Amino acid sequence: MSGPVLAAVLAAVTVLACLAVLAAPSRALPSVAGAGAGVVGAVGVVYGVAAISGGLAPVSVGWLVPLAGLRLAADATSGLFMVVTGAVGVVVGIYTAGYAAHGHMGRTPLSVLPLFLACMLGVPLADSVTTFLFLWELMALSSLLLVLAEARRREVRDAGVWCAAMTHLGFVAVLVGLVVFAAAAGAEGFPELSASAASLSPATRSAVFLLTVAGFGSKAGLVPLHAWLPRAHPEAPGPVSALMSAAMVNLGIYGILRVDVTLLGPGPRWWGLALLAAGAVTAVYGVLQAAVATDLKRLLAYSTSENMGLICVALGTAMLLTASGIPAVAAVAMTAALVHLVGHAAFKSLGFLAAGAVAAATGLRDLDAFGGLAPRMPTTTAAFGIAALGASGLPLGCGFVGEWLLLQSLVHALPAGGTMVALVMPLTVGVVALTTGLGTAAMVKAFGVGFLARPRSAEAERASEVGRAMAVGMGLAALACGVLAVAPAVLAPALSRVLPELPAGAGTPQPRLGALLRLPGVGGSMSPALLALGVAAGVLLAFGATQWRARRRPAPRTAELWACGGGALTARMQYTATSFAEPLQRVFDGVLRPDVELAVTHYSQAPYLVAKVTYRSRLRDTVETSLYTPVIRAVAAAARIARRAHMGSIHAYLAYGAAGLIVALLVAR
Amino acid sequence: MSAAGAAGMVLQVAATAAGAPLVVGGMRQVRARLEGRAGAGWAQPWRDLRKQLGKQRIDPAGTTVVFAAAPFLLAGTSLLIAAIVPAVTTASPLDPVGDLFAVVGLLLVGTVALTLAGIDTGTAFGGMGASREVTIAALVEPTVLVAGFALSVPVHSSNLGEIVAATVGDPGRVASPAAMLAFAALAVVVVAETGRLPVDNPATHLELTMVHEAMILEYTGPRLALIEWAAAVRLTVLLALLANLFVPWGVADAGSGTVGLLVGLLAVAGKVLVFAVVLAGVEVFLAKLRLFRVPELLAGSFLLGLLAVTTSYFLAAPG
Amino acid sequence: MGLFAAIRRVGRIAEPAPPRPESSAAPTLVRGSLQLRHVDAGSCNGCEIELGGCFSPVYDAERYGARLVASPRHADGLLVTGVVTRNMAQALRDTVEATPQPRVVIAVGDCARNCGEFAGGYGVLGPVSDVVAVDAEVPGCQPTPTEIIHVLRQVTGR
Repeated sequence: MSGPVLAAVLAAVTVLACLAVLAAPSRALPSVAGAGAGVVGAVGVVYGVAAISGGLAPVSVGWLVPLAGLRLAADATSGLFMVVTGAVGVVVGIYTAGYAAHGHMGRTPLSVLPLFLACMLGVPLADSVTTFLFLWELMALSSLLLVLAEARRREVRDAGVWCAAMTHLGFVAVLVGLVVFAAAAGAEGFPELSASAASLSPATRSAVFLLTVAGFGSKAGLVPLHAWLPRAHPEAPGPVSALMSAAMVNLGIYGILRVDVTLLGPGPRWWGLALLAAGAVTAVYGVLQAAVATDLKRLLAYSTSENMGLICVALGTAMLLTASGIPAVAAVAMTAALVHLVGHAAFKSLGFLAAGAVAAATGLRDLDAFGGLAPRMPTTTAAFGIAALGASGLPLGCGFVGEWLLLQSLVHALPAGGTMVALVMPLTVGVVALTTGLGTAAMVKAFGVGFLARPRSAEAERASEVGRAMAVGMGLAALACGVLAVAPAVLAPALSRVLPELPAGAGTPQPRLGALLRLPGVGGSMSPALLALGVAAGVLLAFGATQWRARRRPAPRTAELWACGGGALTARMQYTATSFAEPLQRVFDGVLRPDVELAVTHYSQAPYLVAKVTYRSRLRDTVETSLYTPVIRAVAAAARIARRAHMGSIHAYLAYGAAGLIVALLVAR
Repeated sequence: MSAAGAAGMVLQVAATAAGAPLVVGGMRQVRARLEGRAGAGWAQPWRDLRKQLGKQRIDPAGTTVVFAAAPFLLAGTSLLIAAIVPAVTTASPLDPVGDLFAVVGLLLVGTVALTLAGIDTGTAFGGMGASREVTIAALVEPTVLVAGFALSVPVHSSNLGEIVAATVGDPGRVASPAAMLAFAALAVVVVAETGRLPVDNPATHLELTMVHEAMILEYTGPRLALIEWAAAVRLTVLLALLANLFVPWGVADAGSGTVGLLVGLLAVAGKVLVFAVVLAGVEVFLAKLRLFRVPELLAGSFLLGLLAVTTSYFLAAPG
Repeated sequence: MGLFAAIRRVGRIAEPAPPRPESSAAPTLVRGSLQLRHVDAGSCNGCEIELGGCFSPVYDAERYGARLVASPRHADGLLVTGVVTRNMAQALRDTVEATPQPRVVIAVGDCARNCGEFAGGYGVLGPVSDVVAVDAEVPGCQPTPTEIIHVLRQVTGR
């Protein structure tokens, strides 16, 4: 199919899906909504695959968007992002058919779902500044509507305000950046911008770079612009969280990739360094917050921030290496960014879907109140386990290949890269390693404390497995995780077309993602599939070893837990998520700055005897409290001063109008 | 894939599997002698394992498949690592399958399996041990990767076999400041990963001071035997790796014949023996660190690793 | 280096092993390796001091394959000291129940065998054999480390 047909089909399917949800009878609403989102996602996958295969003609519709018209074009890079978004959409659609049946999402949010999905599919298609900004804003607004699905709860409304404010600040940054770019280049189509980028003054280019990176970074959750992400993603309903965390954040990366890397780039070395530094700070900060978080969805949201940080580290490395003239390794870094992006989409959508399933079954999000879900919700537990394995970046999980490629690019950048690279790369390796380590801690906590052991609340005790639609949705995502974990070669055809379009990958031999991962110019190799086979063989050998003397053994039996002879253990004696993370919280005391209150009350008659000890420890987002609170306070103070001018008198307002007009005329003259 | 490489791999897996308990027994024996005791003999861990394999298995009530599967995963990853690392030969056919980063990841997979099993029991000690273990594992990670970075930069490869082979070809590299700093950093890593003093006390009976032991308090019989055996394998493999990274002589390569492989086996056995005796001897002089002092030790070793990388760069390219 | 000098000066202080005793009828599966969990069922702590002595450098029970462990799940044998008090009876039963088969229960000291000095006390339930099956006994109040090790060696066969 050609480009215009596909675009028309996507638009038509979206409109039909939205209308169908609005018109569907209440009983059929969940299935219709799920099918609608799923079909939009499937169209997106087809469109994306077509785009990767190449040869789609650009689409231009002059009358649709005011002033400039709609311009769409699809190259392989767009196609990759569309396939990822579309695939997440399909999975989420199937899952929604079950989730909505629990009554967690009303008709309005369900009808916005296909639109949101279509906007996310459209953003990578945009081929001009106006189209891009239009779709970007439409995506932001529809995501806001979805976040507010349960607006009766105060936290949801708070999250909505944060989301709206931060998203629009980011939008303004992108808007100003792109407008400056377009004005300086004298055109607004992406091909024209690309052609004239090199002739721009360095100051303009750098200004555009900083503005757009800030704007896109806020969407991807880069510190310190991440504050909305761990609020909004958890408060949204399960399927929406999955879409936001697995698909929407990717578009922040897409923005950086399209505007800063492809259109503006290749830039000076400090661009790459700046992006790398922002990514590194984000990765460590995000994973640290995830490691100490007790709200499961908040933990996953911080983990999203962490992974976007890692992807930015890879992008920054690729930019730095391109600028330093080491294209072969830059291609490895770029591959790392893309592979990790796809892997993250797989495991994070699965993670949020499983968290949503638990929330639907128990109404719980607090890990301290979880426990014992494994026997009660085996499918969900297995799904979350696969997601957690991926998120911790361990071998056998789908996050490993991306991190391995990133480490390889960092290691092999060193010999040729000059003093700056020599100082930066080891530190970055340390950052990536710390991120993996702490990410593992966070995921062990989420899976172990959350799903294993014994229930710590009545709700967890009563939990039961979710329905078939939700299980199928999670199963598909788990399958994707499994395939990406052992056979990253499935990405090879797409990557071989995407990389030549990017400055980092153009004109160099590409990493070979066969059964054995081989990298050009460097002697490192690894095979995830053979590693998995090796582990399986080792497990079999170990099992065989334990058969020695097995026949002489007395028959196995079940016994109560060993309680040191002190009677039965109760569920309250277990380690909770808070206690599990306490050592890490102590180690990183200086960064996390918990509010700890310790009050010891003594008996008045006997001051040496303790009557009561109260310990309370609360963790806030340090960046939020130390950076945003003063800003919000200053804005509020300024607003109070400005309010004095609002006296309610018509005369005064007429005077303001006249004065404003005169000033405008004076300036214009 | 060379036949010698494949034979060497089989040899090193078999030797590690059979010899690891003896290494642990030998270390206990060194400690006993330094304390003035006679000691149980270096074969005692094998007697313990043999007995545990004949004992009844008890399934604690309420545990899931995670608890049952963890020992097998731990042992499976340990065996795979034993097949990958260049202990007897640098030409293991699995060497290109997993590089340094993969080996570190596999170690972490084993650790994670055991921590999850500890949590799965739902006892206070299981959770406590898991929490401590995972904290230490998280903080060890930067050191081990940065030290690995320092070693792989001059060789342009992170595959362990190639690093060791390159060091055999250029012996001067071992004496470089970068290699020495990396050695110090990795030594701390080995101590932390295998739960030796001063990070964890392998001989403690006091639950509140435990890290590794606290997670396995519920295991019995064959599963317990598997865990103890796997812990011994991990210690042995890491000691062999440390030895061959910095003292690689004697290791067999793709062209070695039977004699070469036997020499490789004897060489690595001798090196592991020396390292184990030194480690056990040093442990006598150490007390266990408080848990919250361990990060300071690990931060120190991370700094050593970082210095190793920067030195290797600045010494390689002056100016 | 003070510790180093001390190690060199002291050398080996474990006393030479006495001749191996006749084996008892304990299960053969624990030959050569006996992991022990100690249970104080109501002792005056005299036996505990002697047990501590068993594993000291001088007597070094570890050379016969005996070792103290933290969990009954890891243990093959329970060393029970003292009379069984009413408050400890259930704990003792639980501990035996928590120990995998094959296992041995060793009653250490006269109190554990026949209530000794504390017979007839209001908190005393009875000797260990009234509560759980006993496989071996160490007489004496309190038994010396040599006597305890003698019984342990009968079980381990070393």
